[in-house]
Amino acid sequence: MPDFTDEPWLAEDTAQLRLYALTGGRTRPARALGLVSRVRAAPGLAPSTVDRLGPESAQVLELCGREPRSVAEIAGRLGVPVQVTKILLSDLLDSHVLVPALPPREADGSDPLLLEAALEGLRSL
Amino acid sequence: MKAFEASDDIPLTALKILIAGGFGVGKTTMVATVSEIEPLTTEEILTTASAATDSLVGVENKTTTTVSMDFGRITLWRQQLQLLLFGTPGQDRFWFMWDDLALGSIGAVVLADTRRLDDCFSAVEFFEDRGVPFVVAVNEFDTAHRYTAEEVQSAIELNPDVPVIMFDARAPFSTQQVLIRLVEYALTLSLRSSPASEPALEPPAPTPSPSLPSASAASFDGNPHRAL
Repeated sequence: MPDFTDEPWLAEDTAQLRLYALTGGRTRPARALGLVSRVRAAPGLAPSTVDRLGPESAQVLELCGREPRSVAEIAGRLGVPVQVTKILLSDLLDSHVLVPALPPREADGSDPLLLEAALEGLRSL
Repeated sequence: MKAFEASDDIPLTALKILIAGGFGVGKTTMVATVSEIEPLTTEEILTTASAATDSLVGVENKTTTTVSMDFGRITLWRQQLQLLLFGTPGQDRFWFMWDDLALGSIGAVVLADTRRLDDCFSAVEFFEDRGVPFVVAVNEFDTAHRYTAEEVQSAIELNPDVPVIMFDARAPFSTQQVLIRLVEYALTLSLRSSPASEPALEPPAPTPSPSLPSASAASFDGNPHRAL
């Protein structure tokens, strides 16, 4: 017998429609973004640019103004699914409101030097 | 554009750590215990034909479900590293999601509850198959019978290399030790294998696991090693 306690819940249709509106009906981001891709606010944004942003975009900008954040974190804070977040961020990167955070490439978790550093950091927490 | 235009933008290298395991085994608790930020729920909409679904009102003729992941992070400023923690549902129908997560990750912590040990088989199998470094962390619930690491190791039929750690997902120090063991193990594997190759782990023997001695409510019927 399967148990249904761990079943993913079904999103409400209304919420789905809102997401659909948010992405203009698109289902794929133009840029290849992963869950751990990080973005930050572009330096020296004109206030006029900021004023034109929709509520979600403005929220993203506020989140990424002080520090770079990952796609996963932004999605969690916005309460918007990852895929929709990627489309939103992709647009903001295209319009130069956001820039990719450094380092741009995704790190290799099997790199001994990085693992040594992670170990050192974790031990001193 | 130049780096460091923003005053406080230290380039941090982000590394992923996966926290996997069955339902209610403590994934959310563990992420919450070690994360420096309030743990977040990150959702992904899956287009699926298999799960029970509703049709979307004239939006798409696809059906969707939502799957949730726990997200947390640990910033190691001195090392300029950020560890991103993902608590993922341990069901094999979400494996395609894990694939993306496992890529480039340090490895995984497979959480186990000795009362329902078979819940962690699919996660163990997944990481073994893909050569992703993992440790098994047994979350010691107050009401559960205590087993030794060796008993758990043989019940899951783990490669003897794989660390099995008893811990308490609510305790920061205990949880930190689990992460340290995972990184140590990943480092060992990475030094052992040539830089270009993946760590070679022995594939599991395709036999049903024996049950733990007495007290265990887990049923080990059927073959946990399902083909992908």
